[in-house]
Amino acid sequence: MIEVQQITKRYGQHTALDRISFSVAKGEVLAFLGPNGAGKTTTMRILTCFMPATEGTARVAGFDCAEQPLEVKRRIGYLPETPPVYQELTVTEYLQFVGRLRGLSGKVLTASIHREVERLGLGTVQRRLIGNLSRGYRQRVGLAQALLHDPPILILDEPTVGLDPKQIIEIRELIKNLAGSHSVILSTHILPEATAVCQRVVIISGGRIVAEDTPDQLSARLRQSEKISLILKAPAADTLSRLKSVQGVQNVFSGGDSGAFLLECELGRDVREEVARVAVTNGWGLLELKAISMTLEDVFLQLTRHEEGLTPDAVSASVESAGQPV
Amino acid sequence: MTPVQAIIAKELRSYFVSPVVYVVGSVFLLIAGLLGYLYVVFAGAQAIQLMQMQGSAQLNLNDLVFRNLFASMRFILLIVLPILTMRLFAEERKLRTFEFLLTSPIGINEIVAGKFMSVFLVFLSLLGLTGLMPLMLALFSDFDWYPVLTGYLGLVLLGALFLSVGVLASALTENQIVAAFVSIGLLLVLWLLSGLGSLLGDTAIGQAVSYLSFMEHFDHLVRGLIDTKDLVYFVSSLALMLFLSHRVVDSARWK
Repeated sequence: MIEVQQITKRYGQHTALDRISFSVAKGEVLAFLGPNGAGKTTTMRILTCFMPATEGTARVAGFDCAEQPLEVKRRIGYLPETPPVYQELTVTEYLQFVGRLRGLSGKVLTASIHREVERLGLGTVQRRLIGNLSRGYRQRVGLAQALLHDPPILILDEPTVGLDPKQIIEIRELIKNLAGSHSVILSTHILPEATAVCQRVVIISGGRIVAEDTPDQLSARLRQSEKISLILKAPAADTLSRLKSVQGVQNVFSGGDSGAFLLECELGRDVREEVARVAVTNGWGLLELKAISMTLEDVFLQLTRHEEGLTPDAVSASVESAGQPV
Repeated sequence: MTPVQAIIAKELRSYFVSPVVYVVGSVFLLIAGLLGYLYVVFAGAQAIQLMQMQGSAQLNLNDLVFRNLFASMRFILLIVLPILTMRLFAEERKLRTFEFLLTSPIGINEIVAGKFMSVFLVFLSLLGLTGLMPLMLALFSDFDWYPVLTGYLGLVLLGALFLSVGVLASALTENQIVAAFVSIGLLLVLWLLSGLGSLLGDTAIGQAVSYLSFMEHFDHLVRGLIDTKDLVYFVSSLALMLFLSHRVVDSARWK
């Protein structure tokens, strides 16, 4: 449904997006993950034909964003970062306006408004001015706006911002239910959200895609080995080789003069006891020994901190360095 | 309802739930009414003078009241209409609804047309209310309706031009105050071009510069002259302003 090829976006000297390519299949939910200023919003603005790309092509539902923007816009429901609401209108008036802009009228319009009001729980506020509603309700009105014409493609820029935990769960459920019949791209900087609702995650940083995989596989990559951090007061010259010879240890990285070591071990094998014994018998001065649990969060931070020279292949390399005591 | 009608309806709704239209409308009607009253009083005073000198007086209300009134309205509109237009695009940009509007499946020309039409309707209804003045005068006196009607045509065309300049200014910025001042500034420059034109005298450049100003075109209509040249001026400058607004809105996407 969405096909993005080698898109670059420059604002003067600043490159916001650097040759981004990805695609979204019909019925798939894709999460855009990245820190602020990574290029998430820019990508979405290009897909919704709000702004043109400097280079590269984006195709939505078979239509080129640059050449047939109206056809693209008809098939997209878009929720920008700030819910695009008019404060002086009531919820119903606003949805009527939105529907008319998208060519809905009469009974279809009324039915669509009714459906979204029900779906997003706006029944009690539909006659109130949007200017008087709380942030959470405005966000829901924004979502109702995006869904109103039942578009096959939804582009949601941080859809759960400003909602309370209960509402967040509801919205995530809603997005999950939309999957299958709708293609959804959503951006977020909340990792659990990406894992909870998305089939695929694109991690974007500094205008580049640094990793792209399913949430499961991303975590699987992390769980290729268990990691242990070790700090010694007085490591000897043979410490590295001795540690390597401990059964179950696959790899040892030295942190240099700091006395810090990172041990990679076989899955499901706790070597801490053995390592502690070796350290004590050799008199290395054991200061710290702990297991490192790698979460998606760590990878994310690591990936997005090292902006230069990272490709999806480099994920495992950076995962390794992620364990390095800093 | 077509998208353009939807935009017009929404904009009218926004105008009438905010105090802007009421405040601006009252000020406009108050000043126009006050000036109208003063011109009538002056005309009356002149009539009394003439009566004392000649024993009878033929008053020309067209010259004494309406021409003065239309000339004054020109200036009131220059101040008032930018206040009406300033919010049209600036507010959308400030409140981040601009992106929503531009990602809706409608053309930019429809957006510009809808916004312009809405404020034009507001202006027409305000101007229509000033029509009470000639109607009331007609009850008590005799005057020639033809130049009054062409004068109103002139005001409608002039107002449309002012509004289109305001739409353009509003598209240029996200600050409403800046938008209002930019359009007042542009309109004053257009106004003063006629002075510059007469300074340059009866040369080709002088005539071209005066032609650019709305002053002589409006004056013709107020005097009861309907000239195609003047109509072409108003229609083409209106079209140019709306076209420029379209380009500005379009280019705002690139930033």
